Amino acid sequence: MAKTAVSMTVNGRAVEALAEPRTLLIHFLRDQLGITGPHVGCETSHCGACTVDIDGKSVKSCTLFAVQAQGAEVLTVEGMAGADGTLSVIQEGFMQEHGLQCGYCTPGMITRAYRLLQETPNPSEEQIRWGLSGNLCRCTGYQNIVKAVRYAAEKLQAQKEAAE
Amino acid sequence: MTDVKEMTLEEREATLGGIGTARKRKEDARFIQGKGNYVDDIKLPDTVVGNFVRSPHAHARIKSINTEPATRIPGVIAVLTADDLRPLNLHWMPTLAGDAQAVLADEKVHFQNQEVAFVIGEDRYAVADGIEAVEVEYEDLPALVDPTKALLPDAPVLREDAQDKSEVGQGARRHPNHIFTWDCGDKDATDQAFAGAAVTVKEEIFYPRCHPCPLEPCGCVASMDKVRGELTLYGTFQAPHVIRTVVSLISGLAEHNIRVVSPDVGGGFGNKVGAYPGYVCATVGSIVLGRPVKWIESRIDNLSTTAFARDYLMTGELAADPDGRITALRCHVLADHGAFNSHAQPSKWPAGFFNIVTGSYDIPVAHCSVDGVFTNKAPGGVAYRCSFRVTEAAYLIERMIDVLAQKLDIDKAEIRRRNFVKASQFPYRSCLGWEYDSGDYETALDKALAAVDYEGLRREQAEKRARGELMGIGIATFTEIVGAGPTRNCDILGIGMFDSCEIRVHPTGSAIARLGTKSQGQGHETTYAQIIATEIGIPSDDITIEEGDTDTAPYGLGTYGSRSTPVAAAAAAQAARKIRAKAKKIAAHMLEVGEDDLEWEIDRFKVRGLPEKAASMKEIAMAAYQSLPEGLEQGLEAVNYYDPPNFTYPFGAYVCVVDVDPHTGEVKIRRFYALDDCGTRINPMVIDGQVHGGLAEAFGIAMGQELVFDEIGNIQGASLMDYFLPTAVETPHWETDFTVTPSPHHPIGAKGVGESPNVGGVPAFSNAVVDAFAHLGVTHMTMPHTHWRVWKQCEALGIGG
Repeated sequence: MAKTAVSMTVNGRAVEALAEPRTLLIHFLRDQLGITGPHVGCETSHCGACTVDIDGKSVKSCTLFAVQAQGAEVLTVEGMAGADGTLSVIQEGFMQEHGLQCGYCTPGMITRAYRLLQETPNPSEEQIRWGLSGNLCRCTGYQNIVKAVRYAAEKLQAQKEAAE
Repeated sequence: MTDVKEMTLEEREATLGGIGTARKRKEDARFIQGKGNYVDDIKLPDTVVGNFVRSPHAHARIKSINTEPATRIPGVIAVLTADDLRPLNLHWMPTLAGDAQAVLADEKVHFQNQEVAFVIGEDRYAVADGIEAVEVEYEDLPALVDPTKALLPDAPVLREDAQDKSEVGQGARRHPNHIFTWDCGDKDATDQAFAGAAVTVKEEIFYPRCHPCPLEPCGCVASMDKVRGELTLYGTFQAPHVIRTVVSLISGLAEHNIRVVSPDVGGGFGNKVGAYPGYVCATVGSIVLGRPVKWIESRIDNLSTTAFARDYLMTGELAADPDGRITALRCHVLADHGAFNSHAQPSKWPAGFFNIVTGSYDIPVAHCSVDGVFTNKAPGGVAYRCSFRVTEAAYLIERMIDVLAQKLDIDKAEIRRRNFVKASQFPYRSCLGWEYDSGDYETALDKALAAVDYEGLRREQAEKRARGELMGIGIATFTEIVGAGPTRNCDILGIGMFDSCEIRVHPTGSAIARLGTKSQGQGHETTYAQIIATEIGIPSDDITIEEGDTDTAPYGLGTYGSRSTPVAAAAAAQAARKIRAKAKKIAAHMLEVGEDDLEWEIDRFKVRGLPEKAASMKEIAMAAYQSLPEGLEQGLEAVNYYDPPNFTYPFGAYVCVVDVDPHTGEVKIRRFYALDDCGTRINPMVIDGQVHGGLAEAFGIAMGQELVFDEIGNIQGASLMDYFLPTAVETPHWETDFTVTPSPHHPIGAKGVGESPNVGGVPAFSNAVVDAFAHLGVTHMTMPHTHWRVWKQCEALGIGG
């Protein structure tokens, strides 16, 4: 099938690569760009392992064509840490609260949690559970993921208050 | 590197990060930054992709396969069928259970989505086009879906290839669809006990077919280096060494020319123990093409073809005296193994360790028998987060004791207490042959009941019942058997189920340890280091743990059946003790005293009575490479192959409280309390994590999971659209607790914990749901307890909306 050039910004870097019209964004990221943080877990938009952030929204990249992200601003788990390698507070929260085991859902979880905390900076447990309900985890039973997000929310709040 | 020279005792202990500390996980750094290395992340130069043409029929004869149209698709490189594999004798492969499984369907297909042809192409899209283009003509045959009909005289014969075989692994057959009969216990004495019993109960208990469903499906990359004659096989393997041996046996490649690597594995839960056609086809493809071939299954492939679990139709019976003391247990199981006998159990155990079915109770006599049968469903029967059919056994006894309690109107906690194996009885030999190493069931139950205010809950339940409301309290006091296993009775393909650890201490006092197991999320890189730290006094932060590469790790049997802690962690402790023994000799030489004058303190040997005279492990490590006493070799390393003297028997006491809405059938999990006793606790944070995860999987199984087939063998819902995986919303909050009863035979007293919450969790949920209806005469309800089914129960009782 004929390929066309697709360009977008991924984790702050302008990228361009060839893709078929039917190429899914997750395959474009993983196979063409070598961004293997987002994973494929179900192909049907249920598990959320492929979650990336596109123009300020959480998107399941297994159900979007690469061409649909033409010109978009894409953020993946690889773009979460600071330029100097400092972990984001969400990443830190997952480590501190044992919010991961096999790690396969983690990139999607962290990417989704990032957007959730933008949308709802101080979420209750219930809001976190609903906010992450599009991301499945088979290892943790979710409790420590909820704690990890709370950890991040509290730290972000404290940082915000200190800045004010 | 950590310098411990000037620290206080407490600081040294803390720096060590040894057994008992809630050490943060070493593996997290890469996973939270998207730098894990799972099999689909492996990108070798020139890699091509392979995937399967799969059968739409559950039972059909293949009349013809036309691969030619596929080969004309741009990007398609080759299409393999059984005919291509036949000259290599690879169209069938041996199963772990002594049967054979078609790699690519040979003349017949036996289950829906069975592998029929393997299309190899430049990328996944070309392969998908190629799969569409392969033309297969089938002749439909009657499908056998119901295992209760498998042994009827007029049942369709499924396995024509095995029709004349007296055995397909694990025992004599009596029908073309029969696989084996396995029984154990004293049948006559059991029958006698039942004949004379004051009270008996009987219940048919079905444990439905479900699936481990790890978030990462199975896959591999096979890379044949034709110049060197060496095959490297990367894959989602829970047992990489076993895979290497299997590949050698079936491919004819010498084992030293095969390297198997398990990179990061995204959950396993038993799904990734077995050998699948994808591994064989990718390997053949790479040998033929001289290019790496990647095969990654889809979620639908995963749920419908690789490694289902359970599917045990059990009939349980208990005999008891009027006070509820159990006098005998009898049970029969019809085990649906699907199309091939490829379940994963230790070779001599056709029903795994199902004979742990007497559970935590002192039952004087028992008999159980299991019949394995073929059906037109996917093959398997793996130990899903379970030590070989323990989950089914625990479900049976934990449900049956509730049935008995209801029959005699005895409280469900009290009847357990009356039947417990007492703490004073350990080591306890069960009537079905196991020797339980240690336990204290009563203490665990007491603690659990107090924690949840059991009496208060029962009072509340009585009040609610009086108002016509439904509330259930489920108890499970289960015993596990894990740590397979002693080589005298546990092997896979004739290889004993030992495990191994090799430790090397570097001159500057850090170390690397390699083990024969493979973490799939359990946190081995963190916890094994803690054990070694405590044993040899090197901080866990200074110890690298490596697993999964058969070229470097000592031979081991892998991670499943909660065996890593009971077996490989024991090997780690023993190897570490060898190092400490040598270190002691070196320390004595350094300090110019006899070995008997030395005593061990956290991270150093001290001279008794002269506290300032000491040699730290860091100093000893350097000395091991330069100034040794006469007769000692350089270096500080050791290897241990550990053959456990016995299994370990973790146990727990769980309480689940539910409210049921009779108008919708909705079951609300109000509370779940889990007390686990896994002996010595290596890392409480990791243990809690394992328990949370196991409980969530138990919740999924009990409340919503089932692989259903229609009458012609179509699998109903093999995607996450239909197959229930709990989200954070439905998943309850977990309360965890513990007691500590160390294993007397394990070097550090640890027992293993990963599977307990799944084994004990499922009956706790089920018992709670049934308990909500107990006052209405309901003794059993079949899992999964979906809203629909629960509502149907309400409707049948005339209380539904």
